Amino acid sequence: MANDTNSFRTPIGRARGLGSAKTGAQAWLGYRIASAALAVLTILFITLVISLIGAPYEQVVATFKQPGPVILTVLFLGFLFHHAAYGMQEVYEDYIHGKLAKVFAIGATKMVALALFLAGAFAVLKIAFGA
Amino acid sequence: MTDTPAAKRQRPLSPHLQVYRLPLPALTSIAHRITGVGLTVGTLLLVWWLAAAAAGPEAYATASGFIASPIGLVLMFGWTAALWYHLLNGLRHLIWDGARMLTLGQSYYSAKLVIGGAILATLVTWVAAFAA
Repeated sequence: MANDTNSFRTPIGRARGLGSAKTGAQAWLGYRIASAALAVLTILFITLVISLIGAPYEQVVATFKQPGPVILTVLFLGFLFHHAAYGMQEVYEDYIHGKLAKVFAIGATKMVALALFLAGAFAVLKIAFGA
Repeated sequence: MTDTPAAKRQRPLSPHLQVYRLPLPALTSIAHRITGVGLTVGTLLLVWWLAAAAAGPEAYATASGFIASPIGLVLMFGWTAALWYHLLNGLRHLIWDGARMLTLGQSYYSAKLVIGGAILATLVTWVAAFAA
């Protein structure tokens, strides 16, 4: 990440460009690009969900056996839980002042987000690959 | 004098949140956080729905039955409204991150645009949902 040997930029160039010369700008920019992607995925996923409102169970299963909806849903879940975990982290960083409590809250949220992502993705893939 | 740790000593405080009126840009800022936290909690419902679909017809009937119940519909309405607000205000933040639309007047203007857009998008979503 901030490894000197892996960068074409000189240390002074990085210091001038990024202030602390650590990974803050990278994290900041990455989160923004991911959130733009999530906005697009969200609109596509809502369209998918609306098409399934009131549909019989068989149609829901048939939908999640097609590659398009499955890939869209897994991608959406990935970006969604990444965004949720980092968004919650920013909230904790502002409002929780004890260092241990802050680290614990951030860590616990990331673990729950990962578990929920895996549960959701597994559910969709189970339908997709199920008999 | 140095008996109490620095953090515990009473220090004078500057006027805080409660003495200010909340101007629209501040209101949209805190609403972004509140809707973000709400949407995060709401993902539980989404994962439940997907897991129920994977578990079988009875589980799916239970989950979709809950969503179609009055409590479920109120939750879903709040969730869609929060989602559209957070999405549109998030785009507003992305525009700000590009160092555009940063004057006070533009901030009020974009705040109204986001609120109006969120109401409109929520209504369109629900009309589409009931038409489906």
